Amino acid sequence: MRLPTWLAQHLAALRALLVFTVLLGLAYPLAMVAIGQIPGLAGKADGSLVSVNGKTVGSSLIGQSFTDADGNPVPRYFQSRPSAAGDGYDPTATSASNLGPEDIVDTIATNPDDSTQSLLTQVCTRSKAIGALDGVDGRRPYCTADGVGAVLAVFRRDGLTGPVARVVSVNQVAPATAFVTTYEGVPVELAQPGHDYRAEGGVITPIRGDAPAQPAVPTDAVTASGSGLDPHISPAYAEIQVARVARERGADPAEIRRLLREHTTGRALGFMGEPAVNVLELNLALDKKFPPR
Amino acid sequence: MSTTTAGIIFILSLVAALVAVYKPFGDYLYRVVSGTRHSRPERGLYRVMGVNPAAEQSWGVYARSVLAFSAVSILFLYAFMRLQNHLWLSLGFEPVVTHGAWNTAVSFVTNTNWQWYSGESTMGHLVQMAGLAVQNFVSAAVGVAVAVALVRGFARSRTGELGNFWVDLTRITLRILLPVCVLATIALMIGGAVQNLSAGTDATTLTGAAQHLTGGPVASQEAIKDLGTNGGGFYNVNSAHPFENPTSWTNWIEIFLLLVIPFSLPRVFGRMVGQNRQGYAIVAVMAILALGSIAVTNGFELTGHGTVPQAVSAALEGKETRFGVSNSAMFASSTTLTSTGSVDSFHDSYTALGGGMLILNMMLGEVAPGGVGAGLYGLLILAVITVFVAGLMVGRTPEYIGKKISSREIKLASLYFLVTPALVLAGTAAAFATGNNSTALNVGPHGLSEVLYAFTSASNNNGSAFAGLTVSTPWWNTALGICMLLGRFLPIILVLALAGSLARQQPTPASEGTLPTHRPLFVGMVVGVTVILVALTFLPALALGPLAEGL
Repeated sequence: MRLPTWLAQHLAALRALLVFTVLLGLAYPLAMVAIGQIPGLAGKADGSLVSVNGKTVGSSLIGQSFTDADGNPVPRYFQSRPSAAGDGYDPTATSASNLGPEDIVDTIATNPDDSTQSLLTQVCTRSKAIGALDGVDGRRPYCTADGVGAVLAVFRRDGLTGPVARVVSVNQVAPATAFVTTYEGVPVELAQPGHDYRAEGGVITPIRGDAPAQPAVPTDAVTASGSGLDPHISPAYAEIQVARVARERGADPAEIRRLLREHTTGRALGFMGEPAVNVLELNLALDKKFPPR
Repeated sequence: MSTTTAGIIFILSLVAALVAVYKPFGDYLYRVVSGTRHSRPERGLYRVMGVNPAAEQSWGVYARSVLAFSAVSILFLYAFMRLQNHLWLSLGFEPVVTHGAWNTAVSFVTNTNWQWYSGESTMGHLVQMAGLAVQNFVSAAVGVAVAVALVRGFARSRTGELGNFWVDLTRITLRILLPVCVLATIALMIGGAVQNLSAGTDATTLTGAAQHLTGGPVASQEAIKDLGTNGGGFYNVNSAHPFENPTSWTNWIEIFLLLVIPFSLPRVFGRMVGQNRQGYAIVAVMAILALGSIAVTNGFELTGHGTVPQAVSAALEGKETRFGVSNSAMFASSTTLTSTGSVDSFHDSYTALGGGMLILNMMLGEVAPGGVGAGLYGLLILAVITVFVAGLMVGRTPEYIGKKISSREIKLASLYFLVTPALVLAGTAAAFATGNNSTALNVGPHGLSEVLYAFTSASNNNGSAFAGLTVSTPWWNTALGICMLLGRFLPIILVLALAGSLARQQPTPASEGTLPTHRPLFVGMVVGVTVILVALTFLPALALGPLAEGL
């Protein structure tokens, strides 16, 4: 019996798909799993796991939080970058923040649970906290002294034009003090919860302020990575943490710095990527050499 | 060495590698698709499939074979995901929801690899390797097969025959994609990419917290994900995940894999039509558009305009320390220029204009160099439109590679060009009209950019995203699924119809008045036509999104 052409075509398609599923979907990946088990590759193919005293403490490729149960930094450890993966460095919920470059207005709801911080305020808050923890200047451009985004909603008499009628510091609520007292002669109000000043007709105006263009807290310390699992920090961020870690461990900062250099990788072949410090490996080396007092 | 200098050397080293492989790898591809001998294992496969490898197909039969294979693939993948809880290595995951399974089945069969889900919490290992990754191979092979069929249309005359889809599919998969993937997988494993069947390892971190380290056959899938310009990551964060892309040099390899087939296919075109210089002209168009876009995107990202990048003092949000800003921007440009959609950094947090460039890259129609196969046939369509425009200027019947571009050919080419803009703009408008844009994470112009990016990515079969947009709802999964399906198969049908009508023609000998299509003048004209067509179509939409945000 001859099958109708359309049916024969679909049968050929199904047989082709099944053949390819066996070859490409089973034989190929399983052969690669087998190759991954040869000595030299095995540790890597299994996830570059790191063990201490027979217990797995992590993977040298996956970052982790060095914080206590309340989320506060444990000062004897070098700290990782901020992470948007789950509650931080959760490999079962990898994520970036996905917040855009002009995400600068916080949502301040009447119910605090519904409030969300803008990316700018997150950056400012982190910078202030790290500055305080590591004893450096935490100021940044477009940030208030109390660590939120320095952003005004400017209402003009005729909408976009005319004299300024009213100014609100959109990310600051009572009992804060507005980061500037007046704008074009008009006193600056604090934000009231539950308002969307953009929707109410205010022109959103970020204020640069007088912080240095190259802040003391490095860029990677205040931004979340793409994966949320970034195992590295920049040498600059490691450097500002040296004094604190040395103090906490009763060690000579020069010794800590030497260990830091050992765990810093340069650019591959001199031009690929950026220099980076593997935080887990560095902290493990610290625990070994300078056990916590 | 400064960051900028290192970034420029990184880009130049990739250019040098692509130039070095253009001839040898292109010639190898040519031999694969034009050889007449079937190897013994291949003959065995044809017997199992029940196809006659010697039978030539007309454009209609070729198109119906493509559609039959794709339809069966979508149904198979849909069933696979719906039944995953009954299969091995499911890691205890539930069946994928109906609208999500539809979206993902279409997404992987159309070489889009849009991801509404997180791989690590949705897909078991078996679905990943025997479902999704298989489509990574064969959907890429379908793209190359259709491009080769179009080139046969130019190369052949007075025939209805365009080759045999099943032979093209088998050879491209087994002789090109598979061997390169084996080598790439081993390289990625040396870098640290994982390749196992483990359900994961529980670790206790230095501060005593629990961390579940995931496992999976990642490296083997990563290789084809990039080589086949697919882009669907094993994990939610794709090539930013250290298990997918562990080092700065694996990052280089992955970018090279994205670009190597699309940039080598013009060689196949040149060889098949018997004039290598025609291939050089096409690859020159691709390279000019790509290098321009890469330079501009790198410039925007390294300058870091915008309030948050200024506060941070670099556009580092969403980027990995080991890659840095410049290499991340290079990856982002390559993935959007090639219809790949894998990402090693998160485009939603790019500067407004840098992110706008990524949208523009996709809006070019994925031709510089475009997806595997799809880039070549897309650019040949633009070349056809260019000779038509040039013909109008001087009042002669346009010709390309000895074939007359008459009313039937230009109608097919124009329809091809209109498909994706119609889907992108109608889809974006529909999202706003129905209020479904409210799932955007960001507000204002950036919210519009997120929606525009989603429809541009789906309709052009790219698959990357401004990932702040929540797309796991039934409306989004259905709408984007329709865009991916129409954005892939309407152009393929039109391309094969064009191939059929070109192959039937008798070649026209070149004369005094024929426009030479291998000279810089023509290269410049194709670049111009591409940019002008895209600008006229999309500038209003871009003005409301990235341009409003960035200026």
